[in-house]
Amino acid sequence: MSAARELAIADLRERIAALEGGIAKRKVCLPFGAPEIDDALPGGGLAYGALHEFAGGGSGTVDGAAAALFAAGIAARTKGPVVWCLTRPDLFLPALAQVGLHPNRVIFVEAGKEEDVLASMEEALSFGGLGAVVGELVRLPMVASRRLQLAAERTGTMGIVVRRWRRQTEANDFGQATVATTRWRVSVLPSEELPVPGVGRPRWFLELMRVKAGECAEFCVGACDDQGRIDISPGSADRSDSARRSVHI
Amino acid sequence: MPAAKAQALFRGLMLVDADPAADARRLDMIALWALEHYSPIVAVDGIDGLVLDTEGADHLQGGELPMVTKIFNSFHAKKLTARVAIADTWGAAHACARAIKRETVIIPSGETFRAVEKLPISLLRLPEKTVADLRVLGFQTIGELTNTPRAPLALRFGPEVGRRLDQIRGLMAEPIDPIRTAEMIEVSRNFQEPIGAAETINKYTGRLVVQLVAELEKRGLGVRRTDLFVHKVDNTIQVIRAGTAKPVRDIPWLTKLFRDRTEKIEPGFGIERLVLVAAAAEPLEEEQRASALIEEETTDITPLIDIFGNRGQRVYRLAPIASDVPERSVQRVSAIAEAIEGTWVGHWRRPVRLLSQPEVIDAIALMPDHPPRSVTWRGNRHKVVRADGPERIFGEWWRRPAELEAVRDYFMIENEQGERFWIYRAGDGVDPETGSHKWFMHGIFA
Repeated sequence: MSAARELAIADLRERIAALEGGIAKRKVCLPFGAPEIDDALPGGGLAYGALHEFAGGGSGTVDGAAAALFAAGIAARTKGPVVWCLTRPDLFLPALAQVGLHPNRVIFVEAGKEEDVLASMEEALSFGGLGAVVGELVRLPMVASRRLQLAAERTGTMGIVVRRWRRQTEANDFGQATVATTRWRVSVLPSEELPVPGVGRPRWFLELMRVKAGECAEFCVGACDDQGRIDISPGSADRSDSARRSVHI
Repeated sequence: MPAAKAQALFRGLMLVDADPAADARRLDMIALWALEHYSPIVAVDGIDGLVLDTEGADHLQGGELPMVTKIFNSFHAKKLTARVAIADTWGAAHACARAIKRETVIIPSGETFRAVEKLPISLLRLPEKTVADLRVLGFQTIGELTNTPRAPLALRFGPEVGRRLDQIRGLMAEPIDPIRTAEMIEVSRNFQEPIGAAETINKYTGRLVVQLVAELEKRGLGVRRTDLFVHKVDNTIQVIRAGTAKPVRDIPWLTKLFRDRTEKIEPGFGIERLVLVAAAAEPLEEEQRASALIEEETTDITPLIDIFGNRGQRVYRLAPIASDVPERSVQRVSAIAEAIEGTWVGHWRRPVRLLSQPEVIDAIALMPDHPPRSVTWRGNRHKVVRADGPERIFGEWWRRPAELEAVRDYFMIENEQGERFWIYRAGDGVDPETGSHKWFMHGIFA
């Protein structure tokens, strides 16, 4: 009896998946390799065929350096070419090469206007066969994000939006709703202690602010290594900077 | 100036007979070159000029200014001096190109008349006799002639003067009859009833592409530049040019490039004829795709690059250059360039964002070898908690002799909040020859 019921439920699930239009079938994930982070995400990693939003915290809202490097680390671990759409060409590629994103893989599309960045992203996402499509944007309206999400779902390409604003005060725009599957904030933390004078491995405070079918979480991580991997930083328990973050957002 | 007078002025002057026929042939060749590279509508203008309708074609070169600079430079490389002008009308561009002292000029849209009113009437493309007679009457500039009542002028000189004046100001249309070569592949479609709806245009463009591809297949060619001429009922022509990064003979790819931009077509009173021309074609052989037993999944993204390029966006890849100076270590290469072996070397960490112009900062530091204790950048003071450095970068004297002694000492600094910056000091901190010893902010780390 129960076996028959199981069969019926499985059949129903398949039919629902078919109705949803091939989305569920293709939904595979790119794990971070850090169990704490992967457990917080449904499917055990960052979903392909979906839109993800990254932003910096503090002064990172303007320069977006940590968010861009985090995106580059994820793009480095995908397969295939990466299209990077932007309006301000101030990315320094040697840094991206140091997290494993080879310059041959990155194609830059530089537009004059924000709207053109959105159009380029949508075109690249619906082309298919790319590893990831990254766009640096100030504003991400609801409708635009839905278009990007749908384009990503059709082809199974990962879409990444790096939000960077012109002024820190504009960054409360990040609270507005979009259909992005996950939303992250990457803030810089003091680097790991070294026994000698010098700057150790950079650390980030990673906030998973929104995730579909999952719960928000916070992590202290070591920044991307030469293969784009992050890992949970050992000294994550004593965080003394929580007061600082709340000032800006 | 007579030849005898010239010879009297310069001893040993070399004289060559004028050869108008050969000049015209060369001019035709230059016109064909321009047709392939710059614009679908090119015609020979007089005996010494070319006229190009660049509307809708300049974005492929990155805009009007890069386009005119490129045109001038390609002549300059052949040791020819060219004058390039862009204006709203053929007449204005003709006059400006011949009057300017600079190499290139772009007359902003709508300011055509202001630009030409001070120019002499000899640039009005009138017969020489008419110009001489007008001078006798006291007319010197185009502006003076425009402000004169038309009727007496027409009575004395015929309609030509008024026509040229209207053409230079854009009051009268002056279509350019484009040159064509024999081997150019062209397919066209006439409409009994003028069409105008976007879907109809799309449908017939699609059919023309199919025809064109069939023609190309017969000859084993692929197109690099394709032009769609839209003839409207009011005798105006609009052209859409699509460029591709490599020879193409693929129906969906080409159709997509045109469909993307059919919204730019203004049908006006209706379209009566569509012509699709392969302006530049290159041999394209069939090639074998899969050769190994295991099919490797590689996607050819050239169609995507073409879509971006035809929308007027800059598409590029970045490649390493062997240079220690950070701003010189990266160059832009074509997005479809060959894959580059190797990457940047060095184990020093590099910032994610590099400021396009290093910004002067105030720093409190112990010279010569120590990192600053604190820096002030854009009005914010950062206390330095940790630092790495110096990483010394020497000037490249083989590029600029002034850099022979120049030195930069780079430091990576971290403040209390964990923000990491890349700063440098111009000079080694001891010898003033090596730099000004000022501190600069150059990049932001993640």
